[in-house]
Amino acid sequence: MPLLNFLKPENLLEEGGRSAAPIQSDAGEPEKNCPNCHKDIPLSRLWANQLVCPCGYHFRMKARHRISTVTDKNSYCELFSNIKSCNPLDFPGYEDKLDTVKTASEEEEAVICGTAMIGKQKCCIFVMESYFMMGSMGSAVGEKITSLFEYAIKHRLPVIGFTVSGGARMQEGLLSLMQMAKTSAAVKRHSDVGLLYVAVLTDPTTGGVTASFAMEADIILAEPGATVGFAGKRVIEQTTRQTLPKEFQSAEFVLEHGFIDKIVVRKEQKKFLAELLKMHNGGQKL
Amino acid sequence: MSQIPYDRVKLARDSKRPTGQDYIKNIFKNFIEFHGDRRYADDKAIMGGIAWLDGSPVTVIAIEKGHTSNERVERNFGAPHPEGYRKALRLMKQAEKFGRPIICFIDTSGAYCGIGAEERGQGQAIAENLMEMSTLCVPVLSILIGEGGSGGALALAVADRVWMLKNAVYSVISPEGCASILWKDSSKADVAAESLKLTAEDAKSLGVVDRILAEDDIGKKEYFERIHSLLIDEVNSLSKDPELLQKRYDRFRRIGMVKVEQII
Repeated sequence: MPLLNFLKPENLLEEGGRSAAPIQSDAGEPEKNCPNCHKDIPLSRLWANQLVCPCGYHFRMKARHRISTVTDKNSYCELFSNIKSCNPLDFPGYEDKLDTVKTASEEEEAVICGTAMIGKQKCCIFVMESYFMMGSMGSAVGEKITSLFEYAIKHRLPVIGFTVSGGARMQEGLLSLMQMAKTSAAVKRHSDVGLLYVAVLTDPTTGGVTASFAMEADIILAEPGATVGFAGKRVIEQTTRQTLPKEFQSAEFVLEHGFIDKIVVRKEQKKFLAELLKMHNGGQKL
Repeated sequence: MSQIPYDRVKLARDSKRPTGQDYIKNIFKNFIEFHGDRRYADDKAIMGGIAWLDGSPVTVIAIEKGHTSNERVERNFGAPHPEGYRKALRLMKQAEKFGRPIICFIDTSGAYCGIGAEERGQGQAIAENLMEMSTLCVPVLSILIGEGGSGGALALAVADRVWMLKNAVYSVISPEGCASILWKDSSKADVAAESLKLTAEDAKSLGVVDRILAEDDIGKKEYFERIHSLLIDEVNSLSKDPELLQKRYDRFRRIGMVKVEQII
């Protein structure tokens, strides 16, 4: 497979998708209801605050919007955008589903990746897209992430990854499952040559992504309130016949249980990542 | 006899099938079981230890479901907790230290979905196994003997060779789970089983499995003898391979099907 890439002209701020869909209030200004504080927040205010409610609730953010908020202006250069999903198992309805989500998400796959500068330091970055089949991992996601880690090894670059995923994409069956092993092996090689990998877990990070590259980073961060877990809450409730507390599988819960390093609010992430890169000599062993 | 894939799922789950322990008893000599992950507990859903395979010591790890209902409860129906995967990894690292090949027998509906399992990092435990197994410097051979349930099975199957019994199944999700998520109807599990391509033949054609083991005489002396001699040959040839790790990486690297568009 040829390593083809192209330069994106600019990171334009784009529409926030469903989470930012305007709700027209009586006063006329578009608002969005916050599921945490239940207040209607003017959309303009949410946008100005990186889709974070004044109460602290972090709305879901589209992948390209996120890249524009954490990377230096005009520094993002997309890689592997030519790798796309197909329907290898002839799974019923999968192709139609792909067409629908491509239109709705304005993305071609559930992850976008490339190189970028964060605080003037070069890194590889991947951001998963919740609006594309809830960031589920099929062959294309696995291939793009593996290729990115291999690219990072070749160019001796650190990797910053934002995860959001419902897990493996069942429409690709076993091929999806194997992406967990494939990406993990690439992360291991990247780690073994002394390069830094930082993961930022966003809502929700679950299933096969939690059980592979999300939990394999040197430093694991999360957004406040993000769901982080392996099995789905409903499955656990059915298996154990117990009602789970509200905070179960939240970022705060996994922090308390020792599985992530720190919760970082959205507006501090860029500065924080830049500082981490600096403290790791741009992501390499000293 | 014509079979639909869902029949294979039922066969794979049959409590009369030989379990991990039966394979250990009938294939290896002097199995010594080791316990515990040295972090939290000993998970009875996964057994591990050392044994002789034709005069050479090997590390054997097996997910054990049990046969009777008492055994099944004791073994948590072969659904491991994080400490099971951590015990397995501890024994694999030990095998690496002493240069022993590793043989895993896999039979699980999946990693356990429970509160304690989540609190103790089920996802992290599986992830760590996937990462560490990819670079173990000794031959690793995994055999799917019954159910190969998703990440919980894969966590012992990042191997140089993956074999699968004719009536075992290997899947990203249970057919019931798939049907209930996609069609809100778990009774369509037979349709899901067909769509998921979870049989041994499917897994082989997708490049996930290297060899399908016949099981017409399953449980008989000759059956275990056949697996015994296949294992000896394979372990011997893997032990001599100087490019073991690169080949293991490539084995998983090439799995997956994507559309690659040319950029002009």
